[in-house]
Amino acid sequence: MNIFDKFDKLVQAGQKLEQEFGAFFQVVMDEILSSTEAVINGKKVILAGTNNYLGLSMDPECIEAACQATRQNGTGTTGSRMANGTFSGHVQLEEALSNFLGCSNTIVFTTGYGANLAVLSSLAGPGDIALLDADCHASIYDGCRMGGAEMFRFKHNNMEDLEKRLSRLQKRKTNILIIIEGLYSMLGDRACIREIVELKEKYGAYLLVDEAHSLGVLGENGRGLAEEAGVSDKVDFITGTFSKSLGATGGFCSSNHQQLEILRYASRPYIFTASPSPSNIASARKALEIIATRPELRTRLWQNTNALYDRLSSLKLNLGPEPTPIIPVRFTDPHEALRVWKGLLAKGVYVNMVLPPATPDGSAFLRCSMSASHTPEQVSTIGDAFEALTSE
Amino acid sequence: MGEEREVLGKIIQILKPMVPEDTEITPETDLATDLSIDSLKSMEILAQIEDTFDISIPINVLAEVRTVEDLATQIKKLI
Ligand SMILES: Cc1ncc(COP(=O)(O)O)c(C=O)c1O
Repeated sequence: MNIFDKFDKLVQAGQKLEQEFGAFFQVVMDEILSSTEAVINGKKVILAGTNNYLGLSMDPECIEAACQATRQNGTGTTGSRMANGTFSGHVQLEEALSNFLGCSNTIVFTTGYGANLAVLSSLAGPGDIALLDADCHASIYDGCRMGGAEMFRFKHNNMEDLEKRLSRLQKRKTNILIIIEGLYSMLGDRACIREIVELKEKYGAYLLVDEAHSLGVLGENGRGLAEEAGVSDKVDFITGTFSKSLGATGGFCSSNHQQLEILRYASRPYIFTASPSPSNIASARKALEIIATRPELRTRLWQNTNALYDRLSSLKLNLGPEPTPIIPVRFTDPHEALRVWKGLLAKGVYVNMVLPPATPDGSAFLRCSMSASHTPEQVSTIGDAFEALTSE
Repeated sequence: MGEEREVLGKIIQILKPMVPEDTEITPETDLATDLSIDSLKSMEILAQIEDTFDISIPINVLAEVRTVEDLATQIKKLI
């Protein structure tokens, strides 16, 4: 009996995938040429499978801010937010996020995963109820589990199912926290947030929206789905990450509940980890400024999104439910997905591949994601590559 | 004991249409490996069980569920 025996099934599943599909997991970006181009296996490819929605990871102003902060404050904080790891930059970024989102309070965390873990593990405690959309990210499931709340799933974006659950659970007379995402990371669809807000009010529940993929992408000012739908004042908690449109690493939670501050004493994932590095804080802050002052980035992102979605639709590919910067191309046969994925890479286009069991229904998909910094020519090349590989 | 059998019977009735026609379902049947129930199907099955018994099944209890009988035991606790 070996300590690794418990992974036998996983190892077998991995071996089976590798036998069938080859070793595709080990994609290494040898060189990053720009926010939309890299070298993989010696070959220059267009990156159409990142979360770099505004291309800010390579923005000269963000890079300069990160370099300056590193020179001034060092490469790391070497400590927890609670001890020696809160620098003035962390506090300023919290203020900037509060101002940007129109909230009274914000806490910055080391990653987006850590933000959900920190917030949910302390807010959704024993005796509370966490009611989450079935398509929610792993960090949400893990946070609720760690907190010890009773967890219930409702069918993805299914309001009838949500209401049925709320009406049953309401009888327990305890706190109910509904958890949704602004844009769902796999299928790229929006949460039905207006209907959810109505239900939350009807049943007296709380609402947390993870705007990981929607910050900088949705809303007139790029504040996310709550802004776009005009319900910002009805959302209790917003969580998010710096790792997508902000092009850095880190996470946050913003709220108009001033008691949010208690998490700084109550939340283990906040206390027992080092705070985000000065460079991440500085570039995230610069990126937030850019989101507020360069709306043309969002315009370009949506132009690229609509162009690729229209092109792929015209090829009669089975796409996600609505055009957003996350465009999944769905295949019932995983082998077909793999053939196209390999073909795309050979033609110099990288997208994400999602295979079962990571998909909910045994299908597979290629997840394309758009960036404001893709050129129209790059978008055409991506479309051409799909056309050549799927219209044989 | 009678109640347990009744719960088991109802669960098997709900499972039957979700699996290939001549699949045998016993209390010892393993839901994942014997019936290959994927996550979409499992949500549908749970929703039907919840409607049948008018209960809410927290996903926390599912970690301990492997067989049809395990599921019945958890459901009985929630009724
Ligand atoms: C919805 C959602 N929440 C949270 C995260 C975690 O963010 P991070 O990469 O900053 O840990 C992700 C990204 O992986 C995500 O898609």
